[in-house]
Amino acid sequence: MFFSIALYIALAIFVGGLIYKIGTWFSLKIATQAQTISPSQRLLAAVKGIVLTILSAKILTLIKVFFLDIILQRKVFQESRFRWLIHILIYGGFMFLVLMHALDPIITVGIFPDYAPTLNPFLFLRDLFGVLVIVGVILAVYRRYILKAPRLTTTTMDTYALIILAVIIVSGIILEGTKITSYTRYQEMVNDYAGLEEGEDDYQALTAFWVKEFSMISPDITAPFDSSLIEEGREIHEMSCAGCHSKPQWGFGGFLVAKATKGISLPIDRAHIPSVLWYIHFLACFIGLAYLPFSKFLHIITSPLSLLANSVMSKRTSYPVNIATRQALEFDACMHCGQCTGRCSVGIMSEALQNVNILPSEKIPSLKKVSSGKEMAEGEFRTILEGAYVCTNCHRCTDVCPAGINLEDLWFNMREEMFQRNYPLFFALSPLSFYRGLMRETMPDSDYERPLDQAREAIIASYDLMKSQDRAITLNPADQDLRSGLLLSDQANTFQMCFGCQTCTNVCPVVANYENPKEVLGMLPHEIMYAAGLGIKDLAFGSRMLWDCTTCYQCQEQCPQGVRVTEVLYELKNLAIANATTAKG
Amino acid sequence: MKFALFLGCNIPARLKQYESSTRAVLGNLGVELVDIKEFNCCGYPMRNIDFKTSILAAARNLALAEKQGLNMIVLCMCGYGMLKKADHAMKEEPSLREVINTTLKKEGLQFRGDLEIRHLLSVLYNEVSVEAIRQRVTRPFKDLKIATHYGCHALRPSEIVQFDDPVNPTLFDKLVEATGAQSIYWQSRLDCCGAPLFGINDNLSMDLAEKKLLDAKRSGAHYLCDACTYCHLQFDTVQEMISTKRGENHLLPAILYPQLLGLSMGIDERILGLEMNHIDISGIKGFLSE
Repeated sequence: MFFSIALYIALAIFVGGLIYKIGTWFSLKIATQAQTISPSQRLLAAVKGIVLTILSAKILTLIKVFFLDIILQRKVFQESRFRWLIHILIYGGFMFLVLMHALDPIITVGIFPDYAPTLNPFLFLRDLFGVLVIVGVILAVYRRYILKAPRLTTTTMDTYALIILAVIIVSGIILEGTKITSYTRYQEMVNDYAGLEEGEDDYQALTAFWVKEFSMISPDITAPFDSSLIEEGREIHEMSCAGCHSKPQWGFGGFLVAKATKGISLPIDRAHIPSVLWYIHFLACFIGLAYLPFSKFLHIITSPLSLLANSVMSKRTSYPVNIATRQALEFDACMHCGQCTGRCSVGIMSEALQNVNILPSEKIPSLKKVSSGKEMAEGEFRTILEGAYVCTNCHRCTDVCPAGINLEDLWFNMREEMFQRNYPLFFALSPLSFYRGLMRETMPDSDYERPLDQAREAIIASYDLMKSQDRAITLNPADQDLRSGLLLSDQANTFQMCFGCQTCTNVCPVVANYENPKEVLGMLPHEIMYAAGLGIKDLAFGSRMLWDCTTCYQCQEQCPQGVRVTEVLYELKNLAIANATTAKG
Repeated sequence: MKFALFLGCNIPARLKQYESSTRAVLGNLGVELVDIKEFNCCGYPMRNIDFKTSILAAARNLALAEKQGLNMIVLCMCGYGMLKKADHAMKEEPSLREVINTTLKKEGLQFRGDLEIRHLLSVLYNEVSVEAIRQRVTRPFKDLKIATHYGCHALRPSEIVQFDDPVNPTLFDKLVEATGAQSIYWQSRLDCCGAPLFGINDNLSMDLAEKKLLDAKRSGAHYLCDACTYCHLQFDTVQEMISTKRGENHLLPAILYPQLLGLSMGIDERILGLEMNHIDISGIKGFLSE
């Protein structure tokens, strides 16, 4: 009764959760192209894409990926043998247990009609695979909590996954151990299969045999035994029990537990501990099943789907709507293994900028939250956007992702999606934007230019003097902080030596590019040096020249006074971004 | 001669021919390269945003190479300039060094400052020598005029990068001439390619690139030669965009120095990745002597 009700509840939650998750794949907004298309149209497009792919030659690629990347975990192997070992132990062992042990009435009995869980090879294999999973879990705990690779984070979800696995397997093994020694269990079985009752001679003989050979603990029959009694017991055993029972030693995990608890097995049995363990074991399994769609275990389904989809889809040839759907699926395909973060080119920067969203593995949940359209504080949104933008598009995360997620594309599309919200991102005014430039043909010019204009304007707008250039400048009070404060990098305070010869401006290729440079750039390099010297913040920070500096160092190289002009401009840019960010809150 | 090869982010992702041609050419000249998988971003793209962050990224790379007792060879000039800058700043400013090393220590790394950072061209010029290169050139170019593009961040700021004479550099010209090609004089040869502004102000960036291309072409060049990731992306990928976007077709194709040198050494063009350039440069083979 308990079993069926619990199973059906767990199954219902599992199926409901799965349907909900699949629903999000067709409704999450990721690429702007997908926004005008309804979820049902997206579903249809996906089905059409899948059918056409299966009917094409691409089926060969799918088969190859299935064996190499899904079954054999090639990508994990290439990146780390240690992680591969952990994963193969857990996934190999667990899959085997699910198929042979959990689904035994359906699968194992179907293949082997003589199957009994206590018969070899099943008895031995069950323990073997259980122990493999446990070893895998121990190694995983070692990796996450003791080894602690730089910037590898462990969330409650990761901990939960390891705990549920450990509880399922350990409770199963202890249950097996207590069942080996359990007299109650023995009585039930003997009644059912040998038709014997306590007190009968045959019962005594069989009990003696089981105590001696099968490690059962009887409350009243103990060694030493008369050899004829044992022989008698053996005969009954051969007739009634041997068909379903191999020696308990083969179930070595449970057998060790039985040996270890030998002294207390009678009280254990009397306290109905085996039943308690049975409830724990099954409840853990059912909780694991019900929670699967909402936990990282969902990757059992989603990671293979992502691997398969990514092996046959490409930006150029695939229908954009299907790419959006795939990218929504990819959010769920991530199992937070941290392989991407381990190889991230800018991972180290998260330590200086104090922003975990720079790390690919941490970016995934944040971006998922953004794309779900949930309300979000401005500060949180900014942190996510900045984290997503600190990326050199080196493609390493994508190359190593064992779930085959095209992370680089996901980052790109999500950044563009976030730009639609018109929040000025100052980080866009850096060479981090180079890749976006190379990709500009994939978007309309207006979408492309808007974030850049917004960022520049948001910075310039906070400096009043730039807006009214005719106004007389009061030199007092000048910003003394600025005069003494350009100390972030070396040499930046050299602007104080500027004597206004304009060599920097004269050699500047950007200035030379314009008929009327002041109109375009606001301030020219020598004027910025001067403004900094005078401590006039608005002029130093508020000109467009800062963001149009190409950092060619001509000005600095040729300055007769040794002013490190380019370094000063760099520093002013750093400060302008820091100030604008603070002002934004 | 053994160096830790620093590729940076762009080469493995979108300029693979720079890596393969460099490996082929350096292999031919007996320079041994060691790969350090843990290398990260050089820090350059972050300099506009936060100095310390960019130094931290650069210093981690330096510490990784130091840990293996290797000097570094850098292919990109922006990366080279950034790493040199970090090396300099960490040596000059003890407080900065302490902050950075405290972070690096968390993963068992430390910047000590006893490695050398070299650009590909300076290794070829100073360590290998033009003479040794010339001996390896089996099919020198004939009548080929090259506009040699130096790149800003290797030349300047000269006191830090110490690459060549910043006003009248000759190193790259001599390396180009070792292949039998003629390195022509063109007025804007030391100017910026515009790449640092690409993605921020594309019009300005393309203006700068276009000016250089026009000047080089007017000065009689058949090809432009570069030895920097960003310069090459600018003169190849972005030049192609200039043609489509602005309708201007200057078509002065750019070739990476190791591709140029590799051809003259008789290295297979597939290894040199000639067909991976966006703008077709196969015509340059016509200048090779038989």
